[in-house]
Amino acid sequence: MTSVEQAPASERSVGDDVLPRLLAGDEAAFLALVERYHGSMVRVARGFVASEAVAEEVAQEAWVGVLSGLATFEGRSSLKSWIFRIVTNCAKTRGQRERRSVPISALAQEETSGGPSVEPERFFDSSHPRWAGNWSVPPERWAEERLVSIETIEVVSRAIDELPPVQKQVISLRDVEGLTAEEACELLGISEANQRVLLHRARSRVRSAVEQYMKAGNLS
Amino acid sequence: MTTADKEQFSCEELVELVTDYLEDKMAPEDRSRFDEHLNWCPPCVEYLRQMRGTLRLAGKLTPKDIPEPAKDGLLHAFRHWKRSAH
Repeated sequence: MTSVEQAPASERSVGDDVLPRLLAGDEAAFLALVERYHGSMVRVARGFVASEAVAEEVAQEAWVGVLSGLATFEGRSSLKSWIFRIVTNCAKTRGQRERRSVPISALAQEETSGGPSVEPERFFDSSHPRWAGNWSVPPERWAEERLVSIETIEVVSRAIDELPPVQKQVISLRDVEGLTAEEACELLGISEANQRVLLHRARSRVRSAVEQYMKAGNLS
Repeated sequence: MTTADKEQFSCEELVELVTDYLEDKMAPEDRSRFDEHLNWCPPCVEYLRQMRGTLRLAGKLTPKDIPEPAKDGLLHAFRHWKRSAH
């Protein structure tokens, strides 16, 4: 069995000592934690509520929930998955209160259908005698040094922000935060198969955005 | 074209299967066909590398700036929590 691929946890962990520091009342540790997770929390909340402003409020409310639960946090899950459980619970409650008409499961269903991962024009069509379905405009190699640039990360960030709400939730939980598929499914209340399709669509769109950015850069 | 050739994935099919591949959710025979395809198709190797690169980039997302009033509000909440907890 090959393991599921994701970015190394070291790139996104906030440090093992964060919990004792928080409990000791260390403000810097709290602010670092907020800065680390707040963006993803807003992205995840956004799928459950009607506006960006409400999602921001929900994330703030979730932080208050995190603080009040901290003393009794038993560490059965990671601090990160516990935080995301709190924010999804807050967001669901808020969404219900606002009587948001479309539940996540229905949105998820809708977002799983849609176009192909790569434009069909980039493949030889079925009439081609030898290469039907194979690349006619193959992907160009990405320069390694640009892959780690701040600008490229910014392109990814913007592409994620433009995704449909449930795809945005899935890629935030899985690829940005590194939660497992099981955790993402449970938090969002979607099936594993749907989760995978949504993750695929989200990653494909983000890849395409990076590709466009790389191409534009190569021309200049 | 041999029968084996016909059973191979096209590139257009392969790009739809990349996440199943990376998530290790393919039947063993499909996984073999996928690997087989990669053996003769450098563009799909590059495509797979780009999808891996994309998910790693997502893992490096820089923290969003938190609006100043929100930050103040959260610090206030933290100080309040600290006083009541200690």
